[in-house]
Amino acid sequence: MIAASWSLSAHAAPMNRTMAVPYVKGIMPVMDQRVYVHALLDQFEARYSGAGGQFRYDGQAWFGSDYNKLWLKSEGTVGTDGRFGDGDHEILYDRSISRYFDVQSGVRLDIDHGPTRAWGAIGLQGLVLYFFDAEATFYFSDRGVAGRLTGSYDIFITNRLILQPQAELNFYSNSDPARGVGRGLSDIDTGLRLRYEWHRKIAPYIGITYSNMFDKSMFFRENNGKNNSGVNFTFGIRSWF
Amino acid sequence: MVESVFPKRTSIGRRRFVTGAAALSCGAAMSPALARKAATESTLSAELPESASSFLLNVEKIPVRVGEQHAKGVGINGSVPAPTLRWREGDTVEIQVRNHLHEDTSIHWHGIRLPADMDGVPGLSFAGIPAGEAFTYRFPVRQSGTYWYHSHSGGQEQAGLYGALVIDPARRPAYTADRDYVVLLSDWTDADPMDIVSNLKFDGDYYNFRQRTVGTFLHDIRKDGLMASVRDRLAWGGMNMAPTDISDVSGIIYTYLMNGRSPEKGWTGLFRPGERIRLRFINAASMTLFDVRIPGLTMQVVSADGNDVEPVPVDEFRIAPAETYDVIVQPTVDQPYTIFVQSEDRTGYARGTLATQEDVLGPIPPMDPRPLRTMTDMGMGDMKGMSMGGEHKSDPMARMDMSSHEKAAEQDTAAHHPAAMHDMDMSDMPGMDMNDMSEGHMDMPGMSMHHAMSHQDSQKPQNKVSVMPQPESHLVSLQTGVEVQSLAPQPKNRLGEAGDGLDGNGRRCLRYTDLRALKRGIDPREPSREIELHLTGNMERFIWGFNGKKFSEAEPIRLALGERVRFVLINDTMMEHPIHLHGLWSELENGQGTFQPYKHTVNVKPGERLSYLVSADTPGLWAYHCHLLYHMDTGMFRTVVVS
Ligand SMILES: [Cu+2]
Repeated sequence: MIAASWSLSAHAAPMNRTMAVPYVKGIMPVMDQRVYVHALLDQFEARYSGAGGQFRYDGQAWFGSDYNKLWLKSEGTVGTDGRFGDGDHEILYDRSISRYFDVQSGVRLDIDHGPTRAWGAIGLQGLVLYFFDAEATFYFSDRGVAGRLTGSYDIFITNRLILQPQAELNFYSNSDPARGVGRGLSDIDTGLRLRYEWHRKIAPYIGITYSNMFDKSMFFRENNGKNNSGVNFTFGIRSWF
Repeated sequence: MVESVFPKRTSIGRRRFVTGAAALSCGAAMSPALARKAATESTLSAELPESASSFLLNVEKIPVRVGEQHAKGVGINGSVPAPTLRWREGDTVEIQVRNHLHEDTSIHWHGIRLPADMDGVPGLSFAGIPAGEAFTYRFPVRQSGTYWYHSHSGGQEQAGLYGALVIDPARRPAYTADRDYVVLLSDWTDADPMDIVSNLKFDGDYYNFRQRTVGTFLHDIRKDGLMASVRDRLAWGGMNMAPTDISDVSGIIYTYLMNGRSPEKGWTGLFRPGERIRLRFINAASMTLFDVRIPGLTMQVVSADGNDVEPVPVDEFRIAPAETYDVIVQPTVDQPYTIFVQSEDRTGYARGTLATQEDVLGPIPPMDPRPLRTMTDMGMGDMKGMSMGGEHKSDPMARMDMSSHEKAAEQDTAAHHPAAMHDMDMSDMPGMDMNDMSEGHMDMPGMSMHHAMSHQDSQKPQNKVSVMPQPESHLVSLQTGVEVQSLAPQPKNRLGEAGDGLDGNGRRCLRYTDLRALKRGIDPREPSREIELHLTGNMERFIWGFNGKKFSEAEPIRLALGERVRFVLINDTMMEHPIHLHGLWSELENGQGTFQPYKHTVNVKPGERLSYLVSADTPGLWAYHCHLLYHMDTGMFRTVVVS
């Protein structure tokens, strides 16, 4: 949290009905509408296989109150050729709608070494029962529609050693050869990461990741010469503030 | 590692609170003996100062060294905790508070019945004390007993701005003692309170390093079998909750203090064998419930929240934040006795020693096993095999001998102890499906008030007076949502229980039903109406509130001046909430008839339904809130308007 402090927040916008009470100088005895800022870098990792290497990151940041937040997401890869691929950046308005779920809507921009694309985005993000983290997002543009499902789960080996299976799946209604995207289930990115939380906010990890492109995606990517599909040995760091 | 909590500065005027001519040129003068003592002492004594009626309190930043860092605390007259104040019933006290901070401050007189504009909550009949300015509190003292005072501004209470308040009775005290000590308990952290709440917003389990693991799962399978263990995991996982949720903030960052002393150093109270010693326990912690015992001694509980009660002999009692209990002990043997104060989650302890000479430390007993939440805590009412009783001791894994609380926090394997719900078949339970309770719990089977009443019958209060008269029916309807993670389908009366981790531990533990006032209540009227408040929250989002709403989203509670009302509290969460009403007494309906105890803070157990009576005899705006600092801060607060 950076925006608010205990004393500053006393002057934040007063809320609705409690103003019916004659608070002295308008001071609210409790400020429960503060704004919080957090960012999570979930994946920040190097991937190695016999075929070569790759760097990948996947992060989110948000700021806002309990109900309304501005939410940013960004992910991408950099290959050994130095080319930035799979760049996906989203700016979303996040609204809390239930105990564990938020609705997110906004825009997604594919910005990387390839041609830029823009999408409208709407999705759900939250905690499914059994502490399973999930995101399901639907994208639309004049090029058709797309979808993304991501999920992860934390298995506590100990309270600091945590094994995390994770998966991301992308779907497209239309091929986009210039971006190496095929119709249908386009690509999958999964990982099994073992992290050690020596501090809650800084956790190095090792893991095995598997990514694959299907059908046409594979063909397009191979032509573009940036395919890193298959099993990779991975290490990286997860951190947040 | 641990140095004094107190700074090395020696100026008397700044170090100690000053009464009399030296500072204010009014009121009682400090005796020369006391002044000399103050000059040489390096720490705040828990011995009572002399009573006075006028005080000068300088609120200031103070270097504090408890943990690893050289941190800054907020204290008074050079002292963290703030100095003990002693008043006399019948006096009019005058306290000038000067704010030397760079932010607003305030002092709230906890449990004191006074005019609303003297209560010290910014916004409520008082504007707070701006940086560099002063405010003079002046009000008549109309009560006696053990109380305390603390800041009501932001995180200052966490940072050290709290102190004991002892008021001598105008007439003879009901219980006499040869010695009289304050035992002020608190939780210190070097962390910024603002960071703590922010971390909890990101991750409600941020400070919990005792979640169940693969290891505890395997242990459970060996002990209870595969199916039972899987069922148990599915039951909790299906609610996105964990039985290991005891404290939101734990010994991982807290050092638990007794009179400002860390456990390594400890506080010492002197006695001569055969003497009666009064110990005035005050829980000034921000987030920690403590379990107090003195191995080898029986404690006679003689006062609760400042009000005399008939003596209750106990081996142990739980004290929630903001509560106070006076006990009398009478050690007859010339040996050191340890005052052992564990945090409820068993991630650490505070301790002191009753000794016959200085510099003697008593032995530290092993920590008790930590409790695990059960379906009773989830508001599932009484379940067979649900009792935590007795199981603690049977598990050798759970017997921890910890020399430091950090070690305790790290011990995953030792942390485990059997969940009480193992042998429970969840499918048999009505209203057990927490996954989709959106219809609201009021529709669920067994949810009527009559059902709740039937539970009370089994509580066997000490006399036969009905615990709660039949309430009128005007139920609050609630649904799960952003601010309501769970609803208690069958909240029950738990006043006859000592609390999670205490019941069935083999010791006599204080229960709320044991508290019987020495004097009859002064307002015999039946309540004219009833105010039902659900204690609600979402631990995943770290939002807390009443009736599913945070403070800023809710109407105030309006009471007519002079009316008598019943507050009914239903705890829909799986955490304890010590609920504190400013300015008015809360007369706990614990089955003691016309001798029900007056309290200012009522600890509501998870899944519990309880009630108390309030006579709205003082006009003004009053604060009403959970006394867990970060619960209050994130919404568990209401304004009560008496007009
Ligand atoms: Cu609370």
